[in-house]
Amino acid sequence: MSDTTGSGPMLAADGTPLKESLGRALRRQKIRALALIAPLLLFVLLTFVIPIVSMLVRSVENQIVSDTLPGTIAALSEWDSTQGNAPSEDVFQNLFFDMFNAAEAKEHTKLGTRLNYENTGLASLFRTSGRSMDDIGEVFQDAIEDTDARFDDGAFWYEMMSGAGGDTLVADRRARWATLTGDSMSGDIGFTPSQEIAALLPMTATAYTDFAIWTAIEDDDVVAEEDPWEAVYVALAVDLRDPSRAAAIAGYNGAGADALQTLTATEMPDLTFADAFADLDEDWVSPDVWETVQVYSPSYTSGYFLNSVDRELTIDGVEARPQNEQLYIKLFGRTLWMSLIITSSCILLGYPVAWLLANLPVRTANVLMILVLLPFWTSLLVRTSAWKVLLQQQGVINELLVWLGFVDDANRLILMNNSTGTIIAMTHILLPFMILPLYSVMKTIPPTYLRAAKSLGATNWTAFWRVYFPQSVPGIGAGSILVFILAIGYYITPEIVGGTDGVFISNRIAYHISRSLNWGLAAALGTILLVLVLALYWVYDQIVGIDNVKLGG
Amino acid sequence: MAQTPEGEAFVEFERVQKSYDGETLVVKDLNLRMPKGEFLTMLGPSGSGKTTCLMMLAGFETATHGDIRLDGKSINDIPPHKRGIGMVFQNYALFPHMTIGENLAFPLEVRKMGRSERDEKVKRALDMVEMGAFGNRRPAQLSGGQQQRVALARALVFEPELVLMDEPLGALDKQLREKMQFEITDLAHNLGITTVYVTHDQTEALTMSDRVAVFDDGRIQQLAPPDELYEAPQNSFVAQFIGENNTLSGVVTQINDDKCLVRLDSGEEIDAKPVNVSQVGERTTVSIRPERVETNKERLSDDAHTLKAEVLEFIYMGDIFRTRLRVANSEEFIVKTRNAPDQPRLRPGEQIEIGWLPEDCRALDA
Amino acid sequence: MKFNKPILATMALGLSAGAVGADGHMASDMTLVSWGGAYQQSQISAYADPYVANNPGVTVTWDESSAEAVAKLRAMNEAGSITWDVVDVVAADALRLCDEGLALEIDADEVLAAAPDGTSASDDFGDLLVGDCFIPQIVYSTTFGYRTDMVPDGVDAPSNICDVFDLETYPGMRALEKRPINNVEWALLCDGVAKEDVYDVLATEEGQEQALAKLDTIRDSVIWWSAGADTPQLLADGEIFMGSTYNGRLFAAIEEQGQPIGMMWDAQVFDLDGWIIPEGLSDERLARALDFVKFATDTQRLADQAKYISYGPARVSSAPLVGKHATLGIDMAPHMPTDPNNAANTFLYNYEFWADYRDDIDAKFQAWLAQ
Repeated sequence: MSDTTGSGPMLAADGTPLKESLGRALRRQKIRALALIAPLLLFVLLTFVIPIVSMLVRSVENQIVSDTLPGTIAALSEWDSTQGNAPSEDVFQNLFFDMFNAAEAKEHTKLGTRLNYENTGLASLFRTSGRSMDDIGEVFQDAIEDTDARFDDGAFWYEMMSGAGGDTLVADRRARWATLTGDSMSGDIGFTPSQEIAALLPMTATAYTDFAIWTAIEDDDVVAEEDPWEAVYVALAVDLRDPSRAAAIAGYNGAGADALQTLTATEMPDLTFADAFADLDEDWVSPDVWETVQVYSPSYTSGYFLNSVDRELTIDGVEARPQNEQLYIKLFGRTLWMSLIITSSCILLGYPVAWLLANLPVRTANVLMILVLLPFWTSLLVRTSAWKVLLQQQGVINELLVWLGFVDDANRLILMNNSTGTIIAMTHILLPFMILPLYSVMKTIPPTYLRAAKSLGATNWTAFWRVYFPQSVPGIGAGSILVFILAIGYYITPEIVGGTDGVFISNRIAYHISRSLNWGLAAALGTILLVLVLALYWVYDQIVGIDNVKLGG
Repeated sequence: MAQTPEGEAFVEFERVQKSYDGETLVVKDLNLRMPKGEFLTMLGPSGSGKTTCLMMLAGFETATHGDIRLDGKSINDIPPHKRGIGMVFQNYALFPHMTIGENLAFPLEVRKMGRSERDEKVKRALDMVEMGAFGNRRPAQLSGGQQQRVALARALVFEPELVLMDEPLGALDKQLREKMQFEITDLAHNLGITTVYVTHDQTEALTMSDRVAVFDDGRIQQLAPPDELYEAPQNSFVAQFIGENNTLSGVVTQINDDKCLVRLDSGEEIDAKPVNVSQVGERTTVSIRPERVETNKERLSDDAHTLKAEVLEFIYMGDIFRTRLRVANSEEFIVKTRNAPDQPRLRPGEQIEIGWLPEDCRALDA
Repeated sequence: MKFNKPILATMALGLSAGAVGADGHMASDMTLVSWGGAYQQSQISAYADPYVANNPGVTVTWDESSAEAVAKLRAMNEAGSITWDVVDVVAADALRLCDEGLALEIDADEVLAAAPDGTSASDDFGDLLVGDCFIPQIVYSTTFGYRTDMVPDGVDAPSNICDVFDLETYPGMRALEKRPINNVEWALLCDGVAKEDVYDVLATEEGQEQALAKLDTIRDSVIWWSAGADTPQLLADGEIFMGSTYNGRLFAAIEEQGQPIGMMWDAQVFDLDGWIIPEGLSDERLARALDFVKFATDTQRLADQAKYISYGPARVSSAPLVGKHATLGIDMAPHMPTDPNNAANTFLYNYEFWADYRDDIDAKFQAWLAQ
């Protein structure tokens, strides 16, 4: 291989330093090994890591408010909620333009749904108001068209607004639409705003560009042939309200200059946006609504997590929810407690069965094993429904007890639609998950240990308790972790037999996923559950030691 | 059938039978008497019933029929933990979740012994097997030999009068095994313990035991001190099983008290010592140890019968030469000769004559 | 993905030109989503089979996922792949899907068939066109059934909604749905609130507490159900005396299975079930979906469905066409929740109210249940 020549580094046969050569060989090996497991790694990443990360993100993300109402949120930062007044006119003006675009993109109802989780009534407030943005706009549209009929014509508008130099504005508004809709909004719009008009009538140019982008890309229409949205008229009216504009317009001589000059001389409707919104719904001028908007305006919120622990985010900080809405802490506690009970009953019932399995002759053990595995071959729903038949008051167990005279006919046991039902059914369903690891661990404990203990003078019980049992603890540990973690996440069985005091936190998570669609809250609850499981796992590791868990061998 | 020392028997099997399935007997009519302090080995191939006997003695199996007595008292109905018998298991059965010290303390603890006395005894037992420094280790941290010693110490720590060992050295390598053989016998003799030792390794049996019981087919074939077992096997099974052995078969043609004539199937006649043949005409297997065969005719008495032999193979083994011969139709006839200066080195194909002292050639059952 | 107006225009044109059949514009596969069971079967018999008969070559696949339709559509939308073409949902879900931008907005007169007498679709469906995306199909009601053999001696069978809250006269277990909707309305009605004031009262904290307090009086005698099949099963097993469920389930238990169960129509709550078309379908699939929906919600088809299940057709023009049960041969009209004899005292599910208050009141309701 190499010669050790004096104090120099060891060299490989080809003259390269030995270390480098070795490093290269090892690297090659590693890459090859990595390539082999790459598909699996990718699979794990796709199916485990990504969903968990996405859940974590979902539990805090809240961009919808600032994405839908960017101008309003910016203006609202000036507002002082402690004054007890509605926000300024500026906020409402921004709200109008934000809402108008959101209504065009049908995004306002999503925002309403989001905010309704925090403040009941906002869903319909946003839904109904979104439809009415056109009505507010028409007030101005009518006034402008009455002054000069040419404003009724899409081609006229197009000519007036078109020009050169407004590319930045188009790019800005395109980005705005993209944020709002989540689409890329790319493509040719066949319109460039004139730099001059954009300086002269900034609001109007912005509103018209918004209209042009939407018309060309989403509606697939030719901008020049379409009449502008009501919002464009409103923007024009707002631009004209500024007295300083009149002089600038007087000096303007581009397309439509005369029409604009006529407009400056005309009185525009004296409608404030605040009044307009108040007309739509009194709630718009209620500080309560605006507090909610302000509290939930940041892109990320702790609100979902606070909800998950019966707290809420208010303008004054974190507060406890009203007593009659507190639910989740109780449910978390119940879930953990009942999962513990279920795990314990699985140990109590599973241990003797696993012991039998491990110690019976192979043939008998196989039959017993099939009985243990049998429940796996029927659907969860069927098994749970079977428990229903057994446990209900007119069910098999009660009938039997009454027939045997153990129970009075009038006082039949209530075995389901409560926590008892959940515990019984789930213990049965999860039992195999306790028996199998126990069995595989017990299988590895040679019978000589028991014999040795007895030969040393131990009674049957001492031999079991001091010698056999400690060696089966890793199986109990593995089984308990399996059963506990599965139990914590169960919801079908508690839903069917749990009644009211036998339901778990997962039932609420399922509800928020599939019924209320409050995925943020569901994600926060799920994250807390995950953290709880990890914490318990850590505690287990501290007390028992995770290397003391065996699934077999 | 086996000769038993007279007097007080400490361990006694009387007409013991054992069957697992109710159809075949694993142990057939076992009779055995052991005096106190004896080191007895049960030797036999697997399935010969030796381990079952040990388990019946320990109490883990019950005898189907017969009586097992310990110190004169029947122990048939006494559960294992009350028998007070120490036991060393094949794989040591050290409790993996306990330290070495705890393992040793276990039998004392279940006997409700006080803590200080317990510690004292554990220490003494560990020192006895030179494992004093390992009290806090776990079994998995020890080597095979160390575990073996601990298992021994644990079986002895509660001072039982009888210790059973079930192939305790099976898992060790050859060198360690030989070392442990001495340690165990030393310990047993020094402490004066009665020991029943089960093995299928005849060397172990021969080197360690006061007496060896050779098991086959559920019976003790022969119960005797090692030298007797080797030199004077009672039947062809024992002769075959213990040590290397040459056998030739034939018919007894002449018989008197301590000598008989056997005509081999190849027609040649040889002298033999009648062991379990009693009359002329009976078929027999004669057994000769390889090292008792003489290849130098001059050393034999004049009237000795000799056989012609052809050298098939000559193997130089250092201290001895091992020669394979064709004798009386058998090609597996082995002769071992000491590597002495006057000893000829035979060549394959060489024709020689071999013979032996009549008392070294035993005429056994066919 | 946003809905394209020109496509709708093209489609409307195609429809008005009477373009049906598996021509190049329409997909030949279609996935319909419904609730499974007898209800889905009635849709297969009344809508899908005749549609396929008229349009040979069209393959219809059914998916029984309506109960999770809202969540699944949202997930499909996020994943960017919509696999459903027409989805059967209750009106409240349709409203929600519409709000979320997951359902296509529909112009009833443009998309749906007019009545045979020329009445426009929007007039024929009337108020039942809830929201902008919902295409109504049936009116069903949530009402009570009771074991006739468990009525105490000397007492009339329960006929008033407040009999549910009267444990003294009618002792025994009740089954109520494990959600506030309907239950709180009934509670307030029986706690002295006038029918027209119910939602105003419910909009207040005090009103919500009042409703829960009323429910508290029977709480120990209630089994809470979450699947429509639960109550009929509980009634059949004799586990409960009375319980709320969908009227079609009770009809099946009484008329088809002959169980000793009576119907109590008082204060039945009308709700609607119908179709939505998911937002974001390709042009071909959208064309097929619209074509199917137009066919399946015409006057005759809606009337036909009532042959198989006792839910009322959503069109006014269908009511006179309701005939006899397809297998039992009994007149279906008296079993419709909309039949005048049954509809003496009814409630219409207040969609707007519940869209706003569902989460809030549900939180309180669940907290109350967990006490």
